[in-house]
Amino acid sequence: MVGIRATGTYNPIYRLERKEIARAMGTYSMGGVKAVSNYDEDSVTMAVEAVRSAVDGINPSEIEALLFASITSPYKDKQSASTVALGVDLKEGVFTSDLSNSIRSGAAALTLAMDRVKSGSSKNVVITASDCRIGIGGSEFEQFYGDGAAALVISNEDLVATIEGSYEINDTILDVWQTSLESFPTSWEDRFIKTKGYQKTTIAVIRGLMEKYQLTVDDFQKVVIAVPDYKIQIGICKSFGFDIKTKLQESFFSSIGFTGSAHPLLMLAAAIAEAEPNDKILFVAYGDGAQAFVLSVTGLIKDRDVGHPPDSIESVITLENYEQYLKIKGLIATEAARRPLLPSSASYMWRERNYYTRFHGCKCLNCGTEQYPRQRVCYECKAKDNFEEIKLASRKGKIITYTKDYLFPCPIPPHIQTVVELEGGCRVYMMMTDVKPDEVKSHMPVKMTFRMLHDRSNFYHYSWKCSPIY
Amino acid sequence: MATGNIKDKVSIVGMGCTKFGENWDMSADDMIVEAAYEAMEDAGIDPKDIEAAWVSVTTSGVSGAALANPLKLDGIPITRVENYCASGQDAIRNAAFAIACGMYDIVLVLGFEKLKDSGLRGLPLTSFAEPVVGLGMTAPGSFSLPWVYFFEEHGVTKETLAKIAVKNHYNGSLNDKAHFQKTISLEQAIKAPIIAWPLGLFDCCPTTDGASAAILVSREIAKTFRDDYINLKATSLIIDSMPPGYRPKHEFSSWPATDRAAKEAYRQIGISDPVKELDLIELHDCFSITELVTYCDLGLCSREAVKDCIDSGFFELSGDMPVNVSGGLKSFGHPVGATGIRMVYELYKQIQGKVDKKRQVKDVSLGLAHNLGGYPQVASVLIVGSP
Repeated sequence: MVGIRATGTYNPIYRLERKEIARAMGTYSMGGVKAVSNYDEDSVTMAVEAVRSAVDGINPSEIEALLFASITSPYKDKQSASTVALGVDLKEGVFTSDLSNSIRSGAAALTLAMDRVKSGSSKNVVITASDCRIGIGGSEFEQFYGDGAAALVISNEDLVATIEGSYEINDTILDVWQTSLESFPTSWEDRFIKTKGYQKTTIAVIRGLMEKYQLTVDDFQKVVIAVPDYKIQIGICKSFGFDIKTKLQESFFSSIGFTGSAHPLLMLAAAIAEAEPNDKILFVAYGDGAQAFVLSVTGLIKDRDVGHPPDSIESVITLENYEQYLKIKGLIATEAARRPLLPSSASYMWRERNYYTRFHGCKCLNCGTEQYPRQRVCYECKAKDNFEEIKLASRKGKIITYTKDYLFPCPIPPHIQTVVELEGGCRVYMMMTDVKPDEVKSHMPVKMTFRMLHDRSNFYHYSWKCSPIY
Repeated sequence: MATGNIKDKVSIVGMGCTKFGENWDMSADDMIVEAAYEAMEDAGIDPKDIEAAWVSVTTSGVSGAALANPLKLDGIPITRVENYCASGQDAIRNAAFAIACGMYDIVLVLGFEKLKDSGLRGLPLTSFAEPVVGLGMTAPGSFSLPWVYFFEEHGVTKETLAKIAVKNHYNGSLNDKAHFQKTISLEQAIKAPIIAWPLGLFDCCPTTDGASAAILVSREIAKTFRDDYINLKATSLIIDSMPPGYRPKHEFSSWPATDRAAKEAYRQIGISDPVKELDLIELHDCFSITELVTYCDLGLCSREAVKDCIDSGFFELSGDMPVNVSGGLKSFGHPVGATGIRMVYELYKQIQGKVDKKRQVKDVSLGLAHNLGGYPQVASVLIVGSP
């Protein structure tokens, strides 16, 4: 039987109150907050964090394929899945591919992963969906969209939920779209979208699934309706007779926002986390048609730490104002730092990928001193070429010293620069992120987080920063 | 470890230094000509007397041609020296070795930097082309890092740092070649905008244009140029082998390169108590906190006592151990390639008793110059004195 072995979600630390957007734009507020990815995050970095949380406790060498789904891939011509696989430190022999261009691409990845596991070509497939869509200023999308990522490990053993069936509908309706020439999504009139898109298609796919497997409303203990409209979710429940209070999965629209292709997986992960053994889950993902799945939660759910609801992260930082949001998202033109930007090197980044992207360090086999990045000669004992590569990404550390720097370019100054000592003694001079400057202290415990450092020479540089452990 | 020394083998018989500052009206070549001719006139020599030259520059020029072209030094060997902020002292050091081995009798050492033609505030970052390692670093950010240790362990505060800035501004106000010739108040320094915590605007040296030059000769012929020549007593250069932020177990209470360079220089001439034996110190105060750390690394005071020493005026012009009476990098300015030689210019003039009497220190016969550069990990110490 194929199913879900592990789940992981990630949503960024920043929140923007929708009433602050309404104030800036002179419009009404939808209420609640939206999750805003930091300036050093994109769909690749968030996917890495979601996958790291999903594969925690699984030997990475067991993962044989990784599928990345997003509407906001950083590159048009370059795969993101391969970068995610490198960031998560999967083995080189992993199959990777991107799925894109639809809010249903995360659910599509689920179907493809199931097929791959069923066919026996992979035992464990990681799927991740991640998005950071930006609605144009003043639009409903601007308030509604939030940033986040989710990941599932699809396997045929050690499952927390089995996937017992699925049903699909294809529809080329123009509800919300963005051409390759535009910077923001556009949509047709909302009454059309809701009645002929969200409502009609979702009802049809649920009906199709129930007929195919001869299921009734009472068979399901939980319904996950990943349609980007809360009222439509309610309406669908009513039309089938699902009890809204006890069965409808929380949408996270008021605490995170709609996270595009990540959203169906995010809601599903939350539903599994709260489920009891033997619960049946109806899972629907809308977008260019719809997909419906029936899942059955296993007894393993009891012994498994499947994580917390995606909107209950350890800490959030509420943006003080709309201007901070504009700066983080690069939506306002700001003066460049009065420093020359130096060209970077693609061959350099490729050569050092194990150290910069996988975040490996080295340990001297002669004296045991751990060092970063790679060295040929040991700092401590001067032994030459006698190192083993060590993995640093999952290690915790503490701040030895730091500064709050107003000179180094940063959208919300000051930039925090630290010297971190990781467990084992390795020292890294690194940037800190996701922290309120007033909360930085010496000896503070930190964790490592995968970030986009800069885009010099017109390509994205992914590596690691530290952030507080709350 | 070295066991030799260069004590009294090489003499300085002429020096020159341009006005340091925002020299909008002068090109790099203009400043080179000014500094070189002042030094040659001071030594009473012609350009044709120069047998070899060393030019120190970090970002404003490359190769010996940077010196040959403006001065028309035809057909002699000229070496360009780059070693971060220690470039100037390293040029003197290498020139001294060439004289000491008997290869040359008369050489020119010149350092320059033209930083104000870049349109940038601060130093250009040409040395930091690395795409990941060291990213997020700025000069004030990296030099500020010992603050945690000194603030948390030894009661140092922003006011302690401000006192260093106030002192160096005062000294600079007495120096007509200094970039800044204005005093500042303690309150001004404390309240200035933060650049990299805890460093505010007045804790940071400016971006400055300037050039400085020295004529070095073998000691045997020094007297033929002038009576009040000075001798090179000791010179050391130490590079730490890993940037401090990546260095295992590094304690941010010291920049070890300075400590090691000082010990090596003291060894060369048998200094055991630098405060008693040295009359004057020009040290690398690129940031106020660098001056504070350097007091400790040069062995001028203990880390426990550094705050009290600063509070008591120990390092002021009238104090027991005057430091940076020129105004330091803080007030005199820091055109990187020129700074090390500029420090020796101050010591040379002080030993000769030729500086403005308001900042002339009495009976100077032995002075120390110190530079610190990079992340930082490059330090030099040079001691000069009357023969």
